[in-house]
Amino acid sequence: MPETRRLLPALHTRSEPVSRERLTERGFDRAMERMLSMQPEDIIAEVKASGIKGRGGAAFPTGIKWAGVHAAAGGTRYVVMNADESELGTFKDRVLLEQDPLGALVGVLIAAHAVRARKAYCYIRGEYREVEQRLAAALTILAECGWVGPDAVDVEIRRGAGAYIAGEETALLNSIEGKRAEPRVKPPFPTNHGLWGAPTLIQNVETMANVAVLFAHDVQWFKECGTPETPGTKLIGLSGYVRHPGVYEVPFGYPMTNIIHDEDLGGGLSGSERLRAILLGGAAGTFMAPEEVEASLLDYGSLSRYGASIGSGALMVFDDTVDLTWVLKKLARFFADESCGQCVPCRIGTRRILELLDQEGLKTRAEDLRELALAMRDASICGLGQTAPVALLSILDRPERQGA
Amino acid sequence: MADEVTLTIDGMSVAVPRGSTVRAACEAALVSIPTLCWHSNLEPANACRACVVEVKGSRALVASCSRVAEEGMDVQTASDRVRNSRKVVAELLLSTSDADLAPDLLHLAEISGADKNRFAGGATWQQPVKDDNSLYIRDLSKCILCYRCVEACGEDAQNTFAISVAGRGFNAHIDAGFGRELPESDCVFCGNCVAVCPTGALIGKTEWTLRQNGQWDEDRISQTETICSYCGVGCELNLHVLENRIVKVNSPMDHPVTHGMLCVKGRYGYEFAQAGE
Repeated sequence: MPETRRLLPALHTRSEPVSRERLTERGFDRAMERMLSMQPEDIIAEVKASGIKGRGGAAFPTGIKWAGVHAAAGGTRYVVMNADESELGTFKDRVLLEQDPLGALVGVLIAAHAVRARKAYCYIRGEYREVEQRLAAALTILAECGWVGPDAVDVEIRRGAGAYIAGEETALLNSIEGKRAEPRVKPPFPTNHGLWGAPTLIQNVETMANVAVLFAHDVQWFKECGTPETPGTKLIGLSGYVRHPGVYEVPFGYPMTNIIHDEDLGGGLSGSERLRAILLGGAAGTFMAPEEVEASLLDYGSLSRYGASIGSGALMVFDDTVDLTWVLKKLARFFADESCGQCVPCRIGTRRILELLDQEGLKTRAEDLRELALAMRDASICGLGQTAPVALLSILDRPERQGA
Repeated sequence: MADEVTLTIDGMSVAVPRGSTVRAACEAALVSIPTLCWHSNLEPANACRACVVEVKGSRALVASCSRVAEEGMDVQTASDRVRNSRKVVAELLLSTSDADLAPDLLHLAEISGADKNRFAGGATWQQPVKDDNSLYIRDLSKCILCYRCVEACGEDAQNTFAISVAGRGFNAHIDAGFGRELPESDCVFCGNCVAVCPTGALIGKTEWTLRQNGQWDEDRISQTETICSYCGVGCELNLHVLENRIVKVNSPMDHPVTHGMLCVKGRYGYEFAQAGE
């Protein structure tokens, strides 16, 4: 049972994605009623017990983050759902919000009650206009139920304006405040000092959806799939040289190679049918060699042996006709375009990496590239600059993988 | 003591008042930390990353200019990662910007062993000098985007908000709004941005003109302290005098009235003192 549809509605789901019937069919009305009968401390204890980790990339334990916001000083609190999905090869939040927008929003409402927030924001990628409309319609349904509104939790949708950096949590907060989407220095973390200086809980769409299905069931059910370290499922955006690209929901601990080859998942390699590498985690991710893919499970511990992480769940597959240097140039172009320009290592470093790769510097300037990449990873302000050179470093560490 | 924290810097234990930054703690431990964007009278911008240090338990390096010192912190100021980062920061800035009038950047390059040619040869910030007003010049080929001018124009001093950063990535730049020239912008020509600029990208027009003509000679410039004669606030002025003519006016950054900041009259309204009639 590799495709485990929990966050994504089961294929036999009959109700419309935005409807009262969907709330019932997915158990979200039950989740809301159960949650509303609980004290915030008990809600947080249940999230902690479930072992949910943040699905935006950092995999921070969700319950601990909630407890942090709950314990933070200050009367006004905010909840933010990060739907500014912009990572290359990542399209899972879009699919999730198209197929089941009520789930993520119920997660937002549970989070708001847990941290005593009266106001929540959904920050959605500007290009996702149709998804945004669906989200707005779903909010209307929840308002009719009395769960959203000025007397419950006020939920506002904010649209991004096309900057990848606005998906970085603190840049996103600046953007909501009407400022330039530049990352803030951490600490202080948003849990203590977020929107307008108030304690703020910010979570990825997929994390919120996990919370909703948890409360529609219970901790024991939630932990029935996944691993003891990482219970639950992960949405994987599979693209590149596979027969069936798309978004798949897979339990943690599942073999990486099966994600590519299982008939009801990737369906096997396409193209030359010989694997050169995968890029896991998107533009900010890591290249993995075929034998590393073969030896890895979809879990943080297993992948960290190869310096890899699941990140947003983007899995790009390259056959042996693909020149990875060409891929690296594409990634370098992306980061040079998307750096906000605030700090020196990222602002100038992303440009220099692009220039050096264009001059075939991977062969002639490998040491200069490595020192530049390390300085960006070590000294940039935010996750964008720190991870922009990660794919490059993973190739520099695997010199035999460079050739076409 | 309750109002102090004790931390370790390069193996040395040092106690500093609670709320001090790691940079200040390093200073207290007599460990020199290079800085470019940090300024004593401005909020840390965290932009240049020259001041990064390694803090045990922190994955990325930490900007010491803004990070508040915590009890028990273990700080390394000269680890391999720190030294590589400082060197690369200096090399990247030297590859884009003209550092002739940037002593802090030249100092960083020297102590980090930077090779100014290593990342040179690509895109630069070379651009024409902006000479659109009679008080100061913007030679943005020298700009390192340290944000000091933006902060001085904004909340940290002037509260005029005439300039900000526009564009992104390598094209990020200081802009007076919609690419306007300064006289059409909200600028009030206080020159506080000029006072805090660490690279000569913003420079008084008199000084710039003298430098262009090879007539600016620090050794022959004398400084005279006085109080501004325009109003009753009592701003202290430092008159820079060359050949019996005032060529530049600033105010000490540690002066309790000005904190180094002046208005357009105090900074630029000195011609009456040397008018012929």
